[in-house]
Amino acid sequence: MTDNMKSVKKIQRRQSFANSIGALIFSLLLGMVFIYVIGYSPIESYKAIFGVSLGTVKGFALSLSQATPLMFTGMSFALAYRVKMINTGAEGQLYIGALCAALVGVYVTSLPGIVHVSLALIVAFIAGGLIAGAVALAKAYTGANEIILTLMLNSVIIFFTSYLVNGPLKPPSSGVGQTERIAESAQLTRLIPQTQLTTAIILAIVVALLVQFLLDRTVFGYEVKVTGQNFKAAKVAGINVSKISILTFALSGAIAGLGGAAMVLGVNYRFVEGFSPGYGFAGISIAALAAYSPLAVIPSALLIGVLRAGTITLSRTTSIPVELVDLIQVLVIIFVAAPTMIKPIYKIKDKIVEKFKTRGKTHGGEEL
Amino acid sequence: MDLIRMEKITKTYPGTVALNRVDFHLEKQEIVSLLGENGAGKSTLMKILYGMTAPDSGDIYYRGEKVSFKKPMDAIKNGICMVHQHFMLVQAFTVTENIIAGSEPVNSGFVDIKKARKEVNELIEKFHFNIDPDIRVEELSVGEQQRVEILKVLYRKAGIIILDEPTAVLTPQEVNDLFVILKQLRDDGKSIIIITHKLKETKVLADRVVILRDGKLISDNTKPSEVTTKQLSEMMVGREINLQTRRPTSSKGDVSLRVSNLTVIVDGRPRVKDVSFNVHSGEILGVAGVEGNGQTQLIEALTGLCKPESMELMLKDKQISGTSDNFLKAGIAHIPEDRLSMGLVKEMSIQDNIILGYHRESDFCLNNGLLKKKEIHEYAENLKDKFGIKAPNTEVAVSSLSGGNQQKIIIARAFSRNPEAIIIAHPTRGVDVGAMEYIHQQLIELRDNGAAILLISADLDEVRTLSDRLLVLFEGEIVSESMPGELNEIEMGLLMTGGRTMIEVGDKS
Repeated sequence: MTDNMKSVKKIQRRQSFANSIGALIFSLLLGMVFIYVIGYSPIESYKAIFGVSLGTVKGFALSLSQATPLMFTGMSFALAYRVKMINTGAEGQLYIGALCAALVGVYVTSLPGIVHVSLALIVAFIAGGLIAGAVALAKAYTGANEIILTLMLNSVIIFFTSYLVNGPLKPPSSGVGQTERIAESAQLTRLIPQTQLTTAIILAIVVALLVQFLLDRTVFGYEVKVTGQNFKAAKVAGINVSKISILTFALSGAIAGLGGAAMVLGVNYRFVEGFSPGYGFAGISIAALAAYSPLAVIPSALLIGVLRAGTITLSRTTSIPVELVDLIQVLVIIFVAAPTMIKPIYKIKDKIVEKFKTRGKTHGGEEL
Repeated sequence: MDLIRMEKITKTYPGTVALNRVDFHLEKQEIVSLLGENGAGKSTLMKILYGMTAPDSGDIYYRGEKVSFKKPMDAIKNGICMVHQHFMLVQAFTVTENIIAGSEPVNSGFVDIKKARKEVNELIEKFHFNIDPDIRVEELSVGEQQRVEILKVLYRKAGIIILDEPTAVLTPQEVNDLFVILKQLRDDGKSIIIITHKLKETKVLADRVVILRDGKLISDNTKPSEVTTKQLSEMMVGREINLQTRRPTSSKGDVSLRVSNLTVIVDGRPRVKDVSFNVHSGEILGVAGVEGNGQTQLIEALTGLCKPESMELMLKDKQISGTSDNFLKAGIAHIPEDRLSMGLVKEMSIQDNIILGYHRESDFCLNNGLLKKKEIHEYAENLKDKFGIKAPNTEVAVSSLSGGNQQKIIIARAFSRNPEAIIIAHPTRGVDVGAMEYIHQQLIELRDNGAAILLISADLDEVRTLSDRLLVLFEGEIVSESMPGELNEIEMGLLMTGGRTMIEVGDKS
């Protein structure tokens, strides 16, 4: 078997894995420069970051809970990208899902726990799906650009929810923009007491497994992959590409909606104005790091979660800001999207290796 | 002294040796035909000469001096120019503007358009190019556009002109015109290399034939007058080739595919005008015509890819309409014109590609929408053996296969579902002689098994050899129906470009 004759999966996996690892390493290195510039020791800081989030139970729990919404938004972006659509609207879909889950949690009462939670999740799922589905419909029938639509909708949704929780939905006693606390029956079980780690993470993993199964084993997933990778061939093969794109995009929005519900039901127990520090956009870098594989989104989100948890803890005692993680996330996107930026470095490495080899040879020659 | 001498050129790509110690030389005032199958290395050799890629080893001498061109600009400066297969012209510019673009004569910071026009005009007159220098390129035919490309290199004072598959897009008449021009250029002192796999043209045009096979030099001094096309093709492929024999149908049956009143309008312009025809089972109906005369729209209508203004399509006794899915299910297979971009998903495996379009059939999926992975795998392995697709297994990405093997996947996919009818467009475009022979054999076999085949091709030799009946499409209309052999190549060519033949006129009067 020659080098260019390996199986598809193996090649793709190996390439994207190398790409992602390379991107991550360079991002972390550049992060060190940043830490150095603001006057801290890069190595000590990274030691502290990883020490906190991997070394302590609380820190690890925080890492996992920080990773949970990112898993949803990462999966959301990855799935839409499979039909070559860009879902920049995960942030808005997250808010819609959260609001709907909160409404169900607050105003639907006297249900048994499992039913109440499921109902809240389903409503959030549908709401996110409808918003994204509408965008995809607009794209399919009028040619509207989904990036612009979703970005604009983000603002509309976020401000609209702000209005609601500062007006009609605001509890009289509350000073900030938020809803009432959701009923106990709608709250997710905490996996470790006194942490924010709840069963939401299990839901995220189950959804990832389901989406991966959908892509790999079903006719729908097959058509999604064909549509995304070769639009023309999909049409020739009789695939209804508009339908596939709309459904996939709607599903992408629905998953982001679930992420919002997870935040309400598992962490805040109410809809809080501006609760997301950009989970929706972080999803883009997580999906890119995972090479748009739903299952790989889980470890990819976990990694960013670890960084987040570490910097959150660290920012309490030092002036290293949480935004360090945002910086690293953005760098990851840049390096994954533009692998040629790292390639020169690989080339230098190759050249050095080659030089050593040839030097070895010529030396051998001379000695003989 | 040789104008160009390339010695022991070696170039390897990961996994393949594209060129293996190949020698090449070019003299002043000669036309060399660089002949070889796809992947034989002829394009790579020329890219190295032109400075587009660097060889792993080997030397290039130009007028006796050792050179190494790092980029095409270096080659152009030395008078080595290339006319690419895909024209690089600005459609909205005039002929003159296109010719001077990149090396405009400048007069105090402004383009000296007067001087440019004068120079271009001189060139046109000198070589009898018969082209208006002030017309926009978008109004020119393909053959004329090619002449603009040649003018471009002449304007840059090229001494050596490399043409990459120059006749692939031309009608027979245009090919003749091109050859006249190329011979003139040679007599004027230029040296010309044409990269091609067409044997007939090689014989007509070339002074010397250089043959490459699998990256090795087979012959570099064959005189075309001393060999037959059969010998040439055997040198090229390395085994005996059987292409030119016609095998008329012996199993022509009833009408299978009945197309009536097909009209397609695109952007207000009728592209196919009220066309009706039948294809019998066990028959290959050829549709000849210069590209852009409605073939694409005809194909799209007959495969459900576009909705025509009007059409009645009957397969046996069933009426078919709707989307491509309906057409495929009804038994009309489609082998698209641009196969690699319309027929395959390159990043996906052989398995995934070999069920594309048929993936909803019960052989490959369960009712609840799950794919039958195991059955698909067995099916793919089976077809891989049956159609001789060279790959280590069926899980490799299609992109890692050679062009010929990619073609085989498409053929295997369509032909294995026992289609009643097949719409096949330009089946051997971009395919080498070996694969061409294979595809033709498969088509004939399928026809003999009773399929109705509609063959749309711009390659006259191909339609004339394969078809049991021939239509000519010109500006969306069928202008002629004939039996093979009834019209000769010149007459067909005239029909394809809107002229009427003597026979046609005689029939009508």
